[in-house]
Amino acid sequence: MSQAIQSTPSKQGAVAATAAAGGEFLTFTLGNEEYGVDILKVQEIRGYDAITKIANAPEFIKGVVNLRGIIVPIVDMRIKFNLGNVEYNQFTVVIILNVCGRVVGMVVDGVSDVIMLSPDKIKPAPDFSAQFDIEYLIGLGTVDQRMLILVDIEKLMNGRDMALMNEYAEAA
Amino acid sequence: MTVDMTQFYQVFFEESSELLAEMETLLLKVDLAAPDTEELNAIFRVAHSIKGGASTFGFTDMTEVTHVLESLLDRVRKGELALTSEMVDVFLKARDVVTGQLAGHRGDGKADPVAAQTVCDSLKYLAGGITAPLPMKKGPGSIDSSILAPFSGAAVAVPAASEVCYQIQFVMPEAANADALEKLRTNLAALGKVESVGAPVSGVAGGNHVWRLVSAAPDTDIWEAMAFAVDPAGLKIEQEAADPGYGFFDAFHAAIVPADPVASPVTSTAAAPEPKRRATDAPDAAPPNRGRRESDKATAADATSIRVGVEKVDQLINLAGELVITQAMLTQTASQLDPVQHEKLLNGLAQLDRNTRDLQESVMSIRMMPISFVFSRFPRVVRDLAAKLNKEVELKTVGETTELDKGLIEKIADPLNHLVRNSIDHGIEMPEKRRAAGKPEKGTITLRAFHQGGNIVIEVADDGAGLSRERILAKALSQGMNVPDSIADQEVWQLIFAAGFSTAEVVTDVSGRGVGMDVVKRNIQALGGSVEIDSTFGAGTRMSIRLPLTLAILDGLSVKVGDQLFIIPLNHIIESLQPAASDVKSVRNQGTVVHVRGEYLPVLKSHEIFNIPPVAADTGMGIMVILESDGVKKALFVDELVGQHQVVIKSLESNYRRIRGVSGATIMGDGKVAMIIDAGMLVRGMKPELRAAA
Repeated sequence: MSQAIQSTPSKQGAVAATAAAGGEFLTFTLGNEEYGVDILKVQEIRGYDAITKIANAPEFIKGVVNLRGIIVPIVDMRIKFNLGNVEYNQFTVVIILNVCGRVVGMVVDGVSDVIMLSPDKIKPAPDFSAQFDIEYLIGLGTVDQRMLILVDIEKLMNGRDMALMNEYAEAA
Repeated sequence: MTVDMTQFYQVFFEESSELLAEMETLLLKVDLAAPDTEELNAIFRVAHSIKGGASTFGFTDMTEVTHVLESLLDRVRKGELALTSEMVDVFLKARDVVTGQLAGHRGDGKADPVAAQTVCDSLKYLAGGITAPLPMKKGPGSIDSSILAPFSGAAVAVPAASEVCYQIQFVMPEAANADALEKLRTNLAALGKVESVGAPVSGVAGGNHVWRLVSAAPDTDIWEAMAFAVDPAGLKIEQEAADPGYGFFDAFHAAIVPADPVASPVTSTAAAPEPKRRATDAPDAAPPNRGRRESDKATAADATSIRVGVEKVDQLINLAGELVITQAMLTQTASQLDPVQHEKLLNGLAQLDRNTRDLQESVMSIRMMPISFVFSRFPRVVRDLAAKLNKEVELKTVGETTELDKGLIEKIADPLNHLVRNSIDHGIEMPEKRRAAGKPEKGTITLRAFHQGGNIVIEVADDGAGLSRERILAKALSQGMNVPDSIADQEVWQLIFAAGFSTAEVVTDVSGRGVGMDVVKRNIQALGGSVEIDSTFGAGTRMSIRLPLTLAILDGLSVKVGDQLFIIPLNHIIESLQPAASDVKSVRNQGTVVHVRGEYLPVLKSHEIFNIPPVAADTGMGIMVILESDGVKKALFVDELVGQHQVVIKSLESNYRRIRGVSGATIMGDGKVAMIIDAGMLVRGMKPELRAAA
């Protein structure tokens, strides 16, 4: 699963550095932190409205919306990652993602821009495994003064604790 | 130039499957006494088309079998061979073999080369060809006089390779009688196939006759045979230009392979005047009568249909559904406008409403196919099974043109199959028993389909032994089921759907193990349908399957729970009422029941199920909706009723997981999503872990 493609093999606990071949990332903010996801996984960006709650779903799964005829579940990353001010107003942004054949939306604080990152700008994520699971992190990107936390959104959305997939749902 | 043929495989597989199915239907339908020419042609065409396609793709095993099949079929349809039930059996076997080979090429089955070889041998033997180990009924050289015949005007004699068509004109003396004519005919028949093309006034033997003779014999033999009986002066024998078929079979001329390796050994041994292979076991003297139909009726019908992929049709249905939703939204928004001021707009919207509804109906009907697609496989099933069990069964089908959704067709085939097999195995009695009971020895199974309300009803009825109430009750009691003696007949019959339930004395490989019926019931329920049984002991049984006409649209009642909108499917709702506070009682301080017309029904509190803060302070302020599923009734407590809608079911599970208590979602007129309650599951019982956080 992990391949460190750094030309200088680094022993600094590069645990889950996937083949960070660079690419274009859409950056968004959650609280004070900046994140980036592979732009190819992003379907669209829209506002937050008219959500229908799902019974007995975890807190961070807000519910489902009607996206031009498709029913799309919405998760609030701010609740999931315990970041920022969780409020919903006309500035709230939802990023609609298309991962693994599923359409999922995530609520974020704001969307910035699309940045091209070359492999040398991406550093492996340091080992925080004691504090939280860094399986989802591709690495840390650097642009000017900003640090972007690059997330493998596919792994994240399909992961166990998101409970978005049938396999992870409560057994009948 | 090399072309990658694999891209065309799929089309060939689909078409061949259809052709093989058609062939089976035709073979089972064919009337041995008077086979319809068009039907025989159609069967021939199937073999021919498949042969052509198979050789294009290099499927040599299929080419071999279809080639032999085609040759034999060609001779049958031209009248050179009469169709026998033995032949029909071999044709059916050949068809099975080709189906197996097709499956092998398609990758979901294995071709059986041994069976293929056996079938080819049988076909060749029937054609009287190369290997004829058994003596044929009429040896060579004997005159086949019993087969001589009145000719029907449409009997077609087509010369094979080494034969010639002769036209014989002669004059019978005035005083001749019919016997002399017959004798002449007999003698001539020894040389080949004779037919009368022109004759004097019927009944009179004397006068000018014109006969046609197809024979491999030299014309000197014919002269000898004729001159014996008629005046050589008036005798004229000419060779006719081969004019097979009077233009019946124009399109298939190319199909007649001149150097047919199978047929020619037969005809080339005409050195000794050998009677052409005739109807060897025709009980009456007539060669098969051919009905003349309008040719190419079938091809005309084919030209008016096109093949469309299912995904395109589904896409069309989705878009039509979207249109309905958008139009509903518009209507809802417009309903708030002043009708006088915006009269034109509202009229336009009403028109749009009608147009949309019509469009949706048309689009839904694209997926509808006649149920004959399912019924068509049953003649074979019945025939094979009846033969296996030594019973005599006849299958009747009524209402084959009734249409239902394509998805349902595929899913209903298995349960129907099981019910039919059950009927034959347990329902219809052995011929002796039926005779003793005063019934006709041949049992009848009737498959009937018709529309009723928004449903389609499919019935499987037999005139067999019927269900025995006593035996079922006895079995139920012995299995530990608690059934009071006084329960209604209808409910007794429903007992046979219990898993593991069977009153069969002997378990056969057809049925009797007690496994089938509950699977049938579950499958039908999964389609949103129900099964009912009606039976009279000694007279017969009727099973009725009721299915909704469409899977994508639901009639529902919208209710409010807290501030959320839910849809309850209408077919599970018996009634809704606002109970008096005194009618709601608690049980052990944990459960709640409501008293409705003498019954106490358990109450399901939707707020608790779906974890929504209630609006109504207590149960007296809300509405109870009585749900029913499988005979069990429960009351669902909601805050208010909103209205009745027809909604389009949208899939939740494509992007999210399945939610307990919810069977799907829909989009309401205002664009918001509403959950559809899984009434069946709520009533049948939910587990406590539902309420645990996911």
